Amino acid sequence: MTARTAIGLVAALAALAILAAAPFFLGAYGVGLLIGLSGYVTLASAWALFSGPTRYVSLATVAFFGIGAYTMAVLSETLPYPLVLAVAALIGLAVALVVGLSTLRLAGVYFVIFTFGLAELVRQLVTWYEVNVTGTLGRYIFMSFGPETIYWQLLALAALTLGLSWWIGRSRLGLALRIIGDDEVVASHCGINIARVKLALFALSAVIMTLVGAIQAPRWTYIEPGIVFNPTVSFLTLIMALLGGANRLWGPVLGAVPLFLLFEWLSANFPNHYSIILGLLFIAIVFVLPKGVLDFVEKAWGRGSSRARNKPDEAGLGELEAGR
Amino acid sequence: MSALLEISGLTKRFGGLTAVDGVSLSLEAGETVGLLGPNGSGKTTVLNMISGYLPASSGAISLGGRRISGLPAHRIAHCGVARTFQLVRILPSMTVGENVAAALAFRRAPLHGAAAAGEARGFLARVGLAGRENEMAADLTYIDQKRVELARALASSPSLLLLDEWLAGLNPTELKVGIDLISDLGRDGLTIVLVEHVMDAIRALCGRCVVMNAGRKIADGATGEVLKDPEVVRAYLGESHA
Repeated sequence: MTARTAIGLVAALAALAILAAAPFFLGAYGVGLLIGLSGYVTLASAWALFSGPTRYVSLATVAFFGIGAYTMAVLSETLPYPLVLAVAALIGLAVALVVGLSTLRLAGVYFVIFTFGLAELVRQLVTWYEVNVTGTLGRYIFMSFGPETIYWQLLALAALTLGLSWWIGRSRLGLALRIIGDDEVVASHCGINIARVKLALFALSAVIMTLVGAIQAPRWTYIEPGIVFNPTVSFLTLIMALLGGANRLWGPVLGAVPLFLLFEWLSANFPNHYSIILGLLFIAIVFVLPKGVLDFVEKAWGRGSSRARNKPDEAGLGELEAGR
Repeated sequence: MSALLEISGLTKRFGGLTAVDGVSLSLEAGETVGLLGPNGSGKTTVLNMISGYLPASSGAISLGGRRISGLPAHRIAHCGVARTFQLVRILPSMTVGENVAAALAFRRAPLHGAAAAGEARGFLARVGLAGRENEMAADLTYIDQKRVELARALASSPSLLLLDEWLAGLNPTELKVGIDLISDLGRDGLTIVLVEHVMDAIRALCGRCVVMNAGRKIADGATGEVLKDPEVVRAYLGESHA
């Protein structure tokens, strides 16, 4: 371990300890804010885990998030809590594997559209099932633990996700992802099983998203498909990761924290115009900071200018299509 | 000597166009063979089918007695096929060293980490890029990017190397260095297929040539003979020169 890694690790653990102690000093509103924050930090980091290096833009975040939340709602009365989390993770994994096997051959915009459609499909299926089979649309979740416990779980999941991202970034798997992101043809000719690598990362990312939904669900007490399958969750996750920079370990965190606070403020003060402002902000970020804040800052400081010379998404698509 | 690469009846159709039409050929281990033909004659398509970039429409390809046609590209790479591309394909967001480490990390006997970095430097030195491992591959000149691509191909420890116009665009000095390099690789026992338009290179490197025209093999034999063959001259220069 280098000195820099050690310092980084100590700083990260210290920050984690401070964040874990925060509920003792904050009121109910503060804890609620921290739950939302750690949830989105985790979602954005999990999104970037797969989409950052591969440049596959996924809008399926809320599909997995909602699956987690619904699993919790359905099973929380019948199974012990840790077991519900395990079942949620397994369902998320199964859906990710099926979806991944059938879609990861799609490139570019087709993948984006498919993932967006997937989230809607899952929502419609759950709605149909609830209306036609169980006969009610909403469900109540009652838990014996308070919001602090939800927060600590999400914080632990966020730390685990960042730790995993860090480890993958240094592993052979991370190298494979970067090669795939640069040029899939070169990747396969180097001996990389592209389909397997993409599937593994997509599944890992999906399981984390499912767990966020499962852990966060009791916070709402009452859930229905319109709440937990709200496509805004997918868009927010994506824009947070892009704002910070999806190719860096801390990028999604740096994007998620300010944007989440901004959205909280906007939805409290401009409830009717919230989504208009959100859309404008989305456009502005893509235009002004297409590679994220971290990259922008590095460029402004004049270092690492060549490090970030990634070819834009579309540039590679023609060649990939030609290679099919 | 035994046949390393065996191709029989290889055909590729793109819709109504037959780009490669029933090509058969056999390569001995250690041979350097030139694959010639006018533009559009199907040379690159043959390479693409050998490396698994494109599936064959029909026919069979075997390497060392094992059928590789039908396998995905990464499996074919593990069987010992490496290539460069006509339009150079480097990994633009990575350093020169990482471009080579990419092949080391995923070959059949993978090498990752510090050991790989040392090994990568060795391959870079071999192609004339000693000490340049920390430069960004995207910042290199076209010629140096071709060198990176060759180093990456060599790093996957292939038994068969496919070079698609690797010498095109080099100036006379660079061409001489390039020819010497490929000649060294051949002497080390590597089997090489050279798609090339530079006739000096073909004469210097290839004892044997295969010529294609309109998807078909029209000649196969000793380089000096093949280049004099009236049908080959006609394919290249047109009817009046034959």
